[in-house]
Order: sequence, then C-alpha cells, then structure tokens
Amino acid sequence: MNKTGGLILKIFLLIVFFFPILWIIFSSLKLQNELFTFPLTIFPNHPTLQNFRAAFKSGNFIRYFNNSAFVAVVSTIITITINIMAGYALSKYIFKGRDLIFSIMIATLMIPLQVILVPIFILEKNLGLLNSLWGIIIPPAATPTGIFLARQYMMTIPNSLIEAARIDGGGEWFIFHRIIIPLAKPIIATIAIFSFMWRWNDFLWPFIVIAKEKKYTLQLALANFVGQYDVDWSKLLSMTVISIIPLVFVFLLFQKYFIRGMTSGGVKY
Amino acid sequence: MNKKKIPKSSFHQVKAPMLFLLPNMLIFFIFIIIPAVSGLRMSLYEWSILGEHDYSGLLNFINLVKDHSFWNSLGNTIRYVFFVVPLLTASSLFIALLVSGQEKSVGLFRGFYYLPTMLSFIIVGISWRWILGDQIGIVNYLLTSIGGKSVRWLTSPAMATASLIFITVWAQTGFYMVMFVGGLQAIPETLFEAARIDGANVFQIFRKIKFPMIRPTMLVVVVLATINAFKAFELIFVLTKGGPGTATKFLVQSIYQVAFEEDRMGYASSMAVVLMVIIGFLTFIQFKLNKKDYANE
Repeated sequence: MNKTGGLILKIFLLIVFFFPILWIIFSSLKLQNELFTFPLTIFPNHPTLQNFRAAFKSGNFIRYFNNSAFVAVVSTIITITINIMAGYALSKYIFKGRDLIFSIMIATLMIPLQVILVPIFILEKNLGLLNSLWGIIIPPAATPTGIFLARQYMMTIPNSLIEAARIDGGGEWFIFHRIIIPLAKPIIATIAIFSFMWRWNDFLWPFIVIAKEKKYTLQLALANFVGQYDVDWSKLLSMTVISIIPLVFVFLLFQKYFIRGMTSGGVKY
Repeated sequence: MNKKKIPKSSFHQVKAPMLFLLPNMLIFFIFIIIPAVSGLRMSLYEWSILGEHDYSGLLNFINLVKDHSFWNSLGNTIRYVFFVVPLLTASSLFIALLVSGQEKSVGLFRGFYYLPTMLSFIIVGISWRWILGDQIGIVNYLLTSIGGKSVRWLTSPAMATASLIFITVWAQTGFYMVMFVGGLQAIPETLFEAARIDGANVFQIFRKIKFPMIRPTMLVVVVLATINAFKAFELIFVLTKGGPGTATKFLVQSIYQVAFEEDRMGYASSMAVVLMVIIGFLTFIQFKLNKKDYANE
C-alpha cells in the first residue's frame, strides 16, 4: 500500500471512530429548536452552553455526578491499596500455597457479575448494602486484573533492596510503604486509571444494587433518561458530554500509562 | 520466573504476606465465591424473593431445555457472538497493521481510534440512539437527502441486530487494536529487514512473518471478545431493550428479567449456571493460551 492510500484510509477511519463522538458534542451545543431543524448542520449555527446550564439545574443531576465521583474515587483508592498489597505479597514473599492463591484469585475472572446477579442481590440485601454506595464500591474493589498487573510489576523490583532494608531492621510494613510504594508508582498510576474508568463507567453493579433515585450514579441516571418514552434530547446530550469530561481529563493526564496497562493486562473488567 | 533469588529469611515470614493478602481474599470470598456457590445451590430450588425456597432437584434445568424463550435468548446471544467476534478481530487487526509504527503521527491516530473504548456502554448506546434515530438521526437524514429511504436501524428486527453488532465493533475495536499493536511491535525488526532484502512484498511479509508471529495474540483476542460478547447487556439495554419483540434479547437480560421481574430466582439461577459454564470454559482456554504465550517469551 502506498503512502497516500494509507493516509486516506487512516483519515477515513478517524472519521468513523471520532465523528460520532464529535457529533454528540456539537449536538449538545445546539438549542432545542436547532436540534430538530432540517437541514442539519454539522457545526451549531448558534453554539450555546444553555443545555449544560439546564442539565446542572435539572433535578438531581449534580447529586448523580457526585455519587459517581464518590464511587469512582473511593473505590479506586481501595483498589490500589489492596491490590498493591496483594501484588507485593504474591511476588516478594515465598510461602506455601502462594502460587495456588494467585491462581485462585485470577480464576475468579471466570465468575463475572453477569453470572451471579441473583445471589449478589440477595447477599447485598442480607448485608444491608442495597441502596448504599458502599454496595457498589466494596465488592468490585478487589480486581484480579489489578492484582495481576501489580504482581507482574513488583517482580521487577530487585530483592536486594528489600533484603538490605531488613538487615537495617526495617519492619515489613515500613519496607512496604517506604520502599515498595515509591518504586511502584508507575503501576499504581496504571491501576488507578483503569479502576477510575471502570467504576465511573460501571452500570451493572449500580443497576443491581441501587434502586433509590437519590443514590443513582450518572450511568444509571442516563440509562433511565434514555429509557423514558419522551426523551429530552437536548438535556440528555449535554449530560452525556458532561459525563465524558472526567474520563477525557484522566486520559490526557495519564496517557502514557494506558498502553502499558492495555498490553499487559489484556482483560476488561 | 524469579524464584531463585529470594533470600532465605523471607521463607519464615508467613504472617506478613497473609496480612497483605487478607483484604483481597475477604472480598473475593464474600462477593465472588459465596455468591457463586449459592447461585449453584439456588439453581436446584424454586426460589422466590419473599422467602419460599423449595428444593426441586434438576427440575429447573429440565424446564430450561423445554423453554422457548430461553433458547431464543441463547440463540440471539450466539448469533451476536458469531458475528461480533470475527468482525471485531478482523477490524482491530487491520487497524493495528495500519498504526503499529513508532512515528508520532501514527500514535495520534491510534489515540483517536482508541477513544470509543473509553466510553461507557451507556454513553455509547445513547450516542448511537441519537445518530441512528428514525426521525431525528443524522444517518437517516443523510440517506434521505441523497434520495434514499430512511432505515429503521433500531426498531426493525433484522436491522436492530445488525446495528447492535456494528456498534459493538465500533465501541471495542480500539481495545483489541492496542493488544495487536503490542504484539506487532514485539516482532524483531531484523525479520522485516531480512524479508525486504529477499524482495518480499507487503502481503508476503504479512502472511509469512506478521501473521504467524501475532497468532498467540489473536487467539487471546478471539477468546476475550467471545467472553465479552456473551456478557453483553448494557448496550442492548440502552439501544433496544431487547426489542423489537425479543429480537435482541440476550442471555443476561433474560436472567435479569426472570429473576427480578418474574421473581423466579431459582430458575434464573439455572440460566445463570449455563452462562457460568460457557464463560468458565472460555476463560479456562484463555488461561491456557496466556501460559503458552509467556512460555514463548
């Protein structure tokens, strides 16, 4: 394939993958009457942030946004903490059953939420976690993918560093948080990004656990809006765009960590 | 791996690693192992949320075999898998071949192709409902303005499935593309040089070098895409709600409806067991493939 042909193909694909997103953004900048006026124009004739203002003012939108932010941030913090700890234990200690524990943890990938919807609902009901944000924060916080990534990365940390610290009398916890954590920053960043993205985008957990409208996350609220008989598109489109912004922010901030995680993780959770 | 270099003193430190592992193990045990076991158990019961639990043996499974709506949703799911997986694999490999280079400009394209992957299924669904809307969508607008007829993309049975397949491919290509790019970039440059000196053209290089070298990646992609397609729910929930009729009703949605709308939790559990077996089997294959992959490194 020659160079021009390749470039034309790449630009065509760019349109295929990016234009739909662009179209949503442009549409969200149009007022209701322009949104449904033919002929359609790609660029808004009178771009306005009116819809966004309306979205923020309407009902509990800010509350949904806050719920989502709370869930994503808190569960990311928990995920990082416990996954880094597990990755460390599974890579830098030798004890009986270590590899078995690792295998079992990875094997939990065989049982995704889709398969245990019913018992999860009953369990959360019995634990009093229904309609609580904690009910969607804690259960998915331990991710096999995170443990896998952490363990693979920790294996590259030289044992001599840990040994030297032990000889100097450093306790196990001290070594973990003074030596291991600083060295593990890149993998912490990787897991943080993915965890934030998974939890921010998550729909199935809140769908099962949350029924109270006040506890809705953004995804739940959006799915609800679009399911209504008479969809208020101008509002919905601006809400959709708002819900993407945190992800774009995270993506731009940590771009270089993405590829590492994608290629070594290979698992979408 | 690096078993040999760990100093002896750590052999005795059993407590520390156990404490480090504890939170994860607790969560896995409580929120995965226990539900999985109780799901298996429930599949042998007639189970209602209000508290009636009657042991019924294999009755649920026997009923399952005779249940048309179960077969319908399983059939829908399998048809979806059958189309999505090859299309997704082909599109992500094709695009990866275009953008596997190290140049900056290529990286930029890669970033754009990856973007849809970052959107939630809900957002993807809403976006495409807007784009493919019967009256309001830009696609039908463009079609009619060039003299064509507008198409009921999401509200006619045949088109709804096709649209769903296309949107899935659109939303996930970037994810698998990155895996392929990783595989392609790992091929030693010297192989290409040698082939070029021997006068190989682009297609020969693909057939004789790239394709055999990325076969392990490809197998993993196929298995992962299959697993994800069997788990499909959110996109359908937003785009078609399983309709029109039951044309796009898949397994997960059936499980949900039987459990929570019909309150037949035992029966729903027996359907979930079928899904568990399918996904468990596929994940098992994935592990096997991964192991082989590491052995080659």
